[in-house]
Amino acid sequence: MRTAHWLVAAALAGVVWASFGFLALDLGRVFTAEALAQMGNYAASFFPPDLSADHLARIARGTLETIAISAISTLLAAILGLLLALPAAGRFGPAARALARLALNFLRSIPELVWAALMVIAAGLGPFAGTLALTWHTAGVIGRLFAETLENTPPDPARALRLSGGRAAVAFLYGTLPSVMPQLVAYTLYRWEINIRMAAILGVVGAGGLGQMLYVSLSLFQQQQAATVILAMLVIVTLVDAASSWLRQRFAS
Amino acid sequence: MSSAIRDPAAGPRLLFTLCVVVLAWPGFTLTEFDPVALFDPRSRDTMGKFVASFFPMETSAEFLRLVARSTLETLAIATAGTALAVAIACPLALVVTRSLSVSRIGPGPGLALGRAVRVPARFILMFFRSIPEIVWALLFVRAVGLGPAAGVLAIGVTYGGMLGKVYSEILESNDTRAATALLEAGGGRIAAFLYGLWPVALPELVSYSVYRWECAVRASVIMGFVGAGGLGLQMELSMRMLNGGEVSTILIVFLLLVALADAISALLRRITA
Repeated sequence: MRTAHWLVAAALAGVVWASFGFLALDLGRVFTAEALAQMGNYAASFFPPDLSADHLARIARGTLETIAISAISTLLAAILGLLLALPAAGRFGPAARALARLALNFLRSIPELVWAALMVIAAGLGPFAGTLALTWHTAGVIGRLFAETLENTPPDPARALRLSGGRAAVAFLYGTLPSVMPQLVAYTLYRWEINIRMAAILGVVGAGGLGQMLYVSLSLFQQQQAATVILAMLVIVTLVDAASSWLRQRFAS
Repeated sequence: MSSAIRDPAAGPRLLFTLCVVVLAWPGFTLTEFDPVALFDPRSRDTMGKFVASFFPMETSAEFLRLVARSTLETLAIATAGTALAVAIACPLALVVTRSLSVSRIGPGPGLALGRAVRVPARFILMFFRSIPEIVWALLFVRAVGLGPAAGVLAIGVTYGGMLGKVYSEILESNDTRAATALLEAGGGRIAAFLYGLWPVALPELVSYSVYRWECAVRASVIMGFVGAGGLGLQMELSMRMLNGGEVSTILIVFLLLVALADAISALLRRITA
């Protein structure tokens, strides 16, 4: 190891030590026998998970709601993203381009959960707030990806249509869109995958879906019901992972 | 329009759009999709006043001091959490890594024991990382109380699971011949790791851990929303009081903090590479 490495290692150790100090965090206190027993009791109260038909029906509804939130928001975000991507790709002049990019950056840099907290104020508790929140953030991400795709696509087909007398809208619809469509669909599906996972947890700030169920049951000290919600989240995430890797392998070539 | 210039793709496109609309329809009901509610006079009033109060930003010295303290707290939570994650990940990764397995070299007495240890270790790593950090934070807030300790534990557990998996993948994908040679010559697991794998894999291990620290900064802001301390807690409080000026200040600080974490992480990775 070079001297620089030792210096970095020492600095890191110092920063970690300072962090624990600043938080007045005594991990020794967290791991005393008493605290551990308390945590153990809390963990044990999650078992057995509530598998009654009644609760499972509610879980199924929460799952459907989660998937609906993710699907609708991804769909809306794809539309909004495309609308913003056109100016962001420089099709309406440099001023519109700068403005659209600013809007996309703004939408993207605020995390989904912060959007959700804001939308809960605007639209009230419930899945609608979650849908709006995911729409804003995803539109920012997708709009940027779309804009890049539009910039990188060969302009010749659209130009040929323009030169033979077609209007700009026609040239875009029949000259540009067909060649970028597969890429746009791929990006949208990829964001949908991420949004399913996000929609499952967004509810902890009150934005509907499984997250809200989890938050409510934990607040009511119904740990066994909460355990089922967590299990449902794990199942969704695992299924989405498996489906996406299967689809990727199947269609990657 | 004469039939000669009709759009040949219109039929399939129309059908595709129709399918999307039909599939999406129940979704709009399920999500209680109701844009009109946004313009209902009462909620428009609340939201309008809230958004209008975003400007001017709150810049009183007292509030800025509070924000500065929360920012430091967020950084400290991320750093302490990542340190805890590394402490959780290292032993588990050492157990799980296949290229360090003595029993795999040949049919030895340790095979069953090795598997008996490795399977639960893998399961723990998977369990830790499959539950999102915000859910861990919710749980820890209830187990250890409101405050930064819950955030540190949540990051430690979730990222411990991720780091453990990635560490073992890095240790398996690098050149493992030196480690195998050491094991076959009778060396122990720790020796094979220290002299066979560590020198080759170190830059990659450090660089991934630093990247995770960067993610932890972002995550610790968000976890504040459920009561785990830091900048997120401050934002949640300001939102609850509908104090837009404070919210916009905190949002700007958050964006700056993420950019700063980005820059620090890039710098650290350049030094260690």
